[in-house]
Amino acid sequence: MKPLVLTLRHEPQQRLDLSPLVPDRLIRRTAKEIEALDIGTTRIALKVGDMFKVRLGDANSIRFEGGSERFDQVGAKMLAGGAIHVEGDVGAQAGRAMAGGKLTIAGNAGPFAASALAGGEVEIGGDVGDFLGGPLAGEIPGMAGGRVIVRGNAGARAGDRLRRGVIIIEGDAGEDVGSRLIAGTMIVLGAIEGRPGYLMKRGTIALAQTPELGPTFVDCGAFHFGFARVYARSLAAESRGAARLLGQKLRRYAGDTAVYGKGEILTPA
Amino acid sequence: MPQLIRKGVRIDDSFAEAFPMSGTGVVITAPTRKWALQAAHTMTGFATSVIGCGCEAGVDLELSARETPDGRPGVRVLLFAMSQKDAEKQLVNRLGQCVLTCPGTAVFSALAGEQQIKVGDAVRQFGDRWQISKRLNGRRYWRIPVMDGEFLCEGTVGLTTKSVGGGNLLVMGEDWTSTMRATEAAVAAMADVADAIAPFPGGVVRSGSKVGSKYKGMGASTNDAYCPTLYGITTSALDPDIGCVLEIVIDGLTEQAVADAMRAGLKAIVALGPKHGAKRVGAGNYGGKLGPFHYHLKDLLP
Repeated sequence: MKPLVLTLRHEPQQRLDLSPLVPDRLIRRTAKEIEALDIGTTRIALKVGDMFKVRLGDANSIRFEGGSERFDQVGAKMLAGGAIHVEGDVGAQAGRAMAGGKLTIAGNAGPFAASALAGGEVEIGGDVGDFLGGPLAGEIPGMAGGRVIVRGNAGARAGDRLRRGVIIIEGDAGEDVGSRLIAGTMIVLGAIEGRPGYLMKRGTIALAQTPELGPTFVDCGAFHFGFARVYARSLAAESRGAARLLGQKLRRYAGDTAVYGKGEILTPA
Repeated sequence: MPQLIRKGVRIDDSFAEAFPMSGTGVVITAPTRKWALQAAHTMTGFATSVIGCGCEAGVDLELSARETPDGRPGVRVLLFAMSQKDAEKQLVNRLGQCVLTCPGTAVFSALAGEQQIKVGDAVRQFGDRWQISKRLNGRRYWRIPVMDGEFLCEGTVGLTTKSVGGGNLLVMGEDWTSTMRATEAAVAAMADVADAIAPFPGGVVRSGSKVGSKYKGMGASTNDAYCPTLYGITTSALDPDIGCVLEIVIDGLTEQAVADAMRAGLKAIVALGPKHGAKRVGAGNYGGKLGPFHYHLKDLLP
């Protein structure tokens, strides 16, 4: 069945809250009902119908034709079984607290993409802003499950307070990737800046390029890790680069010993 | 006993009587096939019969590097016990003593099963808080630091209570050599059947038992009706041309797997013929009142 298509009429004049436009909230709704949903965030009221041309289809799969840096909270709290595709850019908090389903963004995403993700898959074709997967101000854990793949570059502090799940950044990562990591797995194929794994407690950060690590990360030698091979097999379809990195002999740096110190940074040996 | 004849091999119109068991299994991988098999054989060594070993276990299949979760050569081991509790206890003990200790190995669940039993979640404590949990696709793996690197062990493995134990074939021939030739052919054919194992040494048991004994307190004793040296002096089930009887016992994850294994074994025995192999094939049962699963040989013939 064809997806439900929302075609952007023109560049929005204000930031949009697109969190109502998820499959579980649109299923069995008429085009008129969908067009009447509120998506504005300022004093000027804004309905879906003002911004999008709605073409009904199987609401389990939603397609945005056209995107904008002002599209906030796309796919937020999506449940398992849903799918959203954005043919364009999105703004902040894309896939925020998603429980399941699949969100694909062809363009770039803003800050806090996949923030506090709990399940499902998020794939971003372009770059992402700061705090990929991270918690919002005041929240304690960040991403708690699911899988995120960024084909481009990520901003600062990607994977902040990651607790469970896998984040793959195929391009470069900004400053302090994997900061305050609680657990989980991060993979960066490009260059990195700053202090990777700053204050990480547990978890794994695999880096294709060997960075300068501070004295709180301690060299534990190079091995063929069994778990890395299992991950390599599982991730091969989605990211061949990640699979290649994990399939090889890896040097293990344990840390961050400034805190709990049960985490690790893995780099090609 | 009424008999059918296939290519000169006499097939008893009898049935194997089998029982429900709890079945579970693991895939063991290692850097080389040798060490994967070593772990599997060590773990299933003393596991011929639930009576004295607590469980029945054996190698189901060898897996190529392409078929295992971590891309290394592997072995699929199945373990059967009379209860879920016994299966869990035996599996955890055997993994802890035989596989954790075996160089290079990793352990994965071999079946989905309707129940989950804790394996890595029990063995992990060997890591003394250095163990690391990794979750991938809804499955949890434990990384336990050991002296050759890390022991990777899946948190839970599947268990099914719908397993069947006690499928069997009684292979009867003129002498040890020809009977063993037919039995080995049958065991080799059964090895290719997935989800079924033959837990006895090399898949073969020579000391078939009957219920009861002349001695007090012994529940089982030698099956004199099938002992060729007692042919004339006891109520024998044998014929004058039978000088050796070997039994293959089969446990399977499903009723179907046991039937498939017995069918494959029968086919191999019949194909070998009576001249170089077995002259007669029978099956062991207790009159049909004890076990709910009956495998009639006539239904399994090629």
